[in-house]
Amino acid sequence: MPVASSATTGDEIEVFPRIVPAGDSAILVELGSEIDPSINDRVYELANSIEQANIDAVIELVPTYRSILVSYDPLVAGYSEVFDLLGSLLDSSSASEEKSGFEAKIIELPVVYGGVDGPDIDNVAEAAGMSRQEVIDIHSGVDYRVYMIGFAPGFPYLGGLDERIATPRLKTPRVSVPAGSVGIAESQTGVYPNASPGGWQLIGRTAVKLFDVEKSSPSLITPGSKVRFVPVQAHE
Amino acid sequence: MTLIQDEGRNGYQQLGVSVSGAVDIDSLAIGNRLVGNNKSSAGLEVLLGGLTLEFSSKTVFAITGADSSPHLDGVAVPMNVSCVAHPGARLELGMVSSGLRSYVAVAGGVAVAELLGSRSTHIASELGGIDGRPVDEGDVFELGTPNVEELSGLILEDQIVLSGELTVRVILGPQDNEFSVSGIDTLLGSSYVVTDQSNRQGLRLDGPEIESASGRYDIISDAVVNGSIQIPGDGKPIILLADRQTTGGYAKIATVASVDLSILGQASPGTIIRFVGISVEEAQSLLLSREQRIYETELIDVVDSLTVQVDGLDVRAGVAENGSVKLANIEGSIYPISVDEYSPAE
Repeated sequence: MPVASSATTGDEIEVFPRIVPAGDSAILVELGSEIDPSINDRVYELANSIEQANIDAVIELVPTYRSILVSYDPLVAGYSEVFDLLGSLLDSSSASEEKSGFEAKIIELPVVYGGVDGPDIDNVAEAAGMSRQEVIDIHSGVDYRVYMIGFAPGFPYLGGLDERIATPRLKTPRVSVPAGSVGIAESQTGVYPNASPGGWQLIGRTAVKLFDVEKSSPSLITPGSKVRFVPVQAHE
Repeated sequence: MTLIQDEGRNGYQQLGVSVSGAVDIDSLAIGNRLVGNNKSSAGLEVLLGGLTLEFSSKTVFAITGADSSPHLDGVAVPMNVSCVAHPGARLELGMVSSGLRSYVAVAGGVAVAELLGSRSTHIASELGGIDGRPVDEGDVFELGTPNVEELSGLILEDQIVLSGELTVRVILGPQDNEFSVSGIDTLLGSSYVVTDQSNRQGLRLDGPEIESASGRYDIISDAVVNGSIQIPGDGKPIILLADRQTTGGYAKIATVASVDLSILGQASPGTIIRFVGISVEEAQSLLLSREQRIYETELIDVVDSLTVQVDGLDVRAGVAENGSVKLANIEGSIYPISVDEYSPAE
């Protein structure tokens, strides 16, 4: 039977990049198998060079932690044609070892920590064995990498949370988390752009509108950028 | 439940925006072609039937997808045929007899505002359609400008027949390497049944467990596509459909060939599914044939040449190929008519 790729026993060493079909209308380029800032850098460099190449058949890209999904119209270009184009872009982007000089955009989000805005901050403080203020200082003390956006419109997967304040999810998820809520789940932190069900520990809330369909770039936070949380006393 | 849907909201997945769109995209496409619309026009997706519409102006429409025995002012309307509704006419869709979703296409398309390039409704994120919600009693929508003024009763032959057993063609990957050889054999050699835990986001299947190579099923979350077959920790496949989230954390053993996605939009709980592996090249050539079938096949005029005089007008009347459809052609427009007895012309 002809198949597009073959099964392995799972104990072979995987070689990256791995370019494989994700059905007949998309190709997945995997650049690694872990969450790692340098792999994620390469994801966005490659996404950038695919965009620059302006390939007619390409409909959209979905960059994630360590892979890029390239969806294309197979009635415009077949699998092998797109495969070859991506292969050559990969070759040329890995040939230029120099960083593209790409400076991540930093998005500052004013956050009211604790109280009604962050009802779970005491859970986090207790689990970490520190004061509320220390949690706030640690959480707002670093810039977080936006590894990818997924789950819901504008929902950023942020990396770089200090392990000291990593906290498991709530045992029972909330039916509705207010828009703008800032939460912690294990060693991830993130912001809910819209009200939705959710199980993250909520430590604060921002009044900034993260996702606005009326705008041509609807998401304030974009993949590849960085997020900085700035503590404020009250919403403006 | 009725939703406004079109081809889907492409281009914003990297911002977490789901594509959505008609689950049985072929039926919407056929409906749009029958009423002379562009591919991108929006129609109504009616789950399980049970919708009543009133037209405020003369409108060409067609019902496709699952048979919901539609009636216009009490007269049976054939499926997959373009017909004309007069101002004030009421179109009623009954319960579907098999399958899940009927589509109502109207000339000019349902013209609610576009949001991020699409009119599709995505309920989970409350985007598109009417305020991101299903159509409700009392809603009124504008229609766009029709491309053609009148249409005769047209039908596209060779409709897909809905059945309780489906063979679904898949392309292995992108993460088939996460599964053991026996796991892949299980997927391709077993029967699965669609459970009632299925919706526009995906079909949850029950059947033999699929073995992963390492014993774990989680991967670092990455992008998914329409038709991705995820295997969660219980080893039972989930086929992702139109309303899927943009990313997911389960390994994807295979991906449904695009040409077989539409029929999955009609797979009601209890439907048996068998998977068969094909190459990506085969899947792409099947997709090309599908495009030709839907967009290049000549439409058939369903009305025969019997002509009678009614109130001084020449009226052409007849039956469609299946013998159950009764239509009249009056000055070039096709109307469903009520006929007690019909004998073909000599």
